[in-house]
Amino acid sequence: MIEIKNLHATVDGKEILKGIDLTINPGEVHAIMGPNGSGKSTLSYVLAGRDGYEITEGSVSFFGKDLLEMEPEERAAAGLFLAFQYPVEIPGVANTTFLKSALNAIRKQRGEPELDAMQFLKLVREKTKALSMTDEMLKRAVNVGFSGGEKKRNETLQMAVLQPKFAILDETDSGLDIDALKIVAEGVNALRSPERSMLVITHYQRLLDYIVPDHVHVLAFGKIQRSGGKELALELEKNGYAEFGVNEAA
Amino acid sequence: MATTTLTKAPRGYDPAAAKPFLEQFDRVKDGLPGAGLSWLNDLRSQGHDRFAALGLPTVKNESWRYTNLRALDKLAFQPATDAGEAVRFDVLPTVRADGATGPRLVFVDGRFRAELSSTAGLPAGVELLNLADALTRKPDLVAEHLGRIAAPDDQPLVALNTAFLADGPVLHVPRGVTVEETIELVFVSVGTEAQPTAFHPRGLIVAEAESRAVIVEHHVGLGSCTTLSNGVTEVFVGAGASIHHYKVQREHTEAFHLSHTAAKVAGKGVYDNFILTIGAKLSRNEVNSVLDGEEGDTHVSGAYMVRGGQHVDTTTFIDHAKPCCTSREVYKGVIDDQARAVFQGKIIVRPDAQKTDGYQQNRALLLSDTAEIDAKPELEIYADDVKCSHGATVGELDDDQLFYLRARGIDKDTARGLLIGAFLSEALEEIAEESVRDAFQSYVANWQNAR
Repeated sequence: MIEIKNLHATVDGKEILKGIDLTINPGEVHAIMGPNGSGKSTLSYVLAGRDGYEITEGSVSFFGKDLLEMEPEERAAAGLFLAFQYPVEIPGVANTTFLKSALNAIRKQRGEPELDAMQFLKLVREKTKALSMTDEMLKRAVNVGFSGGEKKRNETLQMAVLQPKFAILDETDSGLDIDALKIVAEGVNALRSPERSMLVITHYQRLLDYIVPDHVHVLAFGKIQRSGGKELALELEKNGYAEFGVNEAA
Repeated sequence: MATTTLTKAPRGYDPAAAKPFLEQFDRVKDGLPGAGLSWLNDLRSQGHDRFAALGLPTVKNESWRYTNLRALDKLAFQPATDAGEAVRFDVLPTVRADGATGPRLVFVDGRFRAELSSTAGLPAGVELLNLADALTRKPDLVAEHLGRIAAPDDQPLVALNTAFLADGPVLHVPRGVTVEETIELVFVSVGTEAQPTAFHPRGLIVAEAESRAVIVEHHVGLGSCTTLSNGVTEVFVGAGASIHHYKVQREHTEAFHLSHTAAKVAGKGVYDNFILTIGAKLSRNEVNSVLDGEEGDTHVSGAYMVRGGQHVDTTTFIDHAKPCCTSREVYKGVIDDQARAVFQGKIIVRPDAQKTDGYQQNRALLLSDTAEIDAKPELEIYADDVKCSHGATVGELDDDQLFYLRARGIDKDTARGLLIGAFLSEALEEIAEESVRDAFQSYVANWQNAR
């Protein structure tokens, strides 16, 4: 599904990613763990196509296509989804308007018929219910006045509506209390399928109690330092990142 | 009415710039409507004399520092001829969702067009006339009010309008009457190819105590001839009356649009003004509202969207003359390419205007590196028990918001459009009338789609 080869990226001339290799197959859930500043968010932004990141070496193939050549909206249409660590607030744009524009933009790019207002409302009502979201949250402006937990639920809702093939969850656990974490994790787990893959980026093991990964990778100093199964996360929880030369207390 | 006496010509006064207008006056004055009325002759002479003394405003005049009218000098505008008579309209602009016709007056190059106008749907006693007719049919009403609020003394363009005033809308709403139907005023600029054309529409709105009306002005252009519209509208809001006065200016980019709206609000009266500016090469909307009785309320808001080489100027003056009044101003603008915007917003709180509650916000979005805005908010407060706040910001589209939308599959142009619409919606929400708000929102959307 996605094949990242020797990916190097710089921000403002500073090299952050120093040769990432990662292959994710359909149906797999991978977790990337690592200390702050290791390049986790940079990787997610590079994959989603944010401006300001210069790819200096390497390649990313997504369903056989060159992902790095695509605009952010083309990546979304191809099935890539980034659940943001810090979803932005957009005053003046109603959440439903935004969701409907996004869904229909993606359907249009894929050559599928757009949904009318009734069809859309039916779909979105169904999804919000599963995430314990209120109709009122749909009417409000995108993320405006949302708590941390509501923002993350909103990200999960978008994922549920857009049905991506590959979802990157960038520190979805940050800013969540345990109840919100459970709701979000359940929402994510409901989306697990043999055709869909996920890349869960997190600092702590906690989230992985709820979203159990097939593979865990440790990212530090811009490179994947070690890969293993879900037990690697437990080991990191116990020993921290010291063995990778990271002193988190500093 | 404020009166000032100038002892010498203002700074930057250029007699040559004023001369063509003054010469025209001598040629046309005897043919102007109501030329036999002595009070009107006196008013026009007063306008002429003030304009002769003041000349066209120049950038040396503080209130015209950011808007240069030099382009007008070279154009030698002539009064409108009858060329506009040949104009036919398929569809006149309206805010009516059903497209039906309601009360409306249509003016082409400043001249009334009866066959396109209608007073259907007005309650008994409400007068909606054009000024030329009103001078014969309601001379006392006009004489009582005209030239009382928009004083030509220190306003060169009001003086110019006063000298040439010939036609425009006159609305009289008697005491206690509510006009349910929205009154639409359509001003079409056509001009002629032979020469740049100037006209000076003069409007008069008189709302007696406890009356209510909603008025929408449409300013549109046909063709691409150079025109100058120099309009003045005077609004009298009686005690407890409310006037909702909306305007959209969508003239073409060879048009010059100068406008001065002056309102005087009696106790517990409400004057609500909103201006959406999209068109014209150069436009200036000046809105003055005097809160002249206790517990009056005025909203003076607007939005503008300009691109290419357009210049748009919004100059407001809110005068809290009496205690316990509220004022609210929300202006938002979007400026692209090399376009330029000016916002000048002055609020005065007079010494006895205690318990004043004033709010002013002015925000602009610059879409290109060459777009420009000059913003000058001014508060002058002479009372001590007041609440007055203002804020002015200038920004660009937020890259984070843009990326967020694109990461969800929305293409760049659509995402920009959504964000621009969202930015302006905060101002458009100031429009209390839903049909007007919807229509104005569609003009905003069309502007974006026209890119």
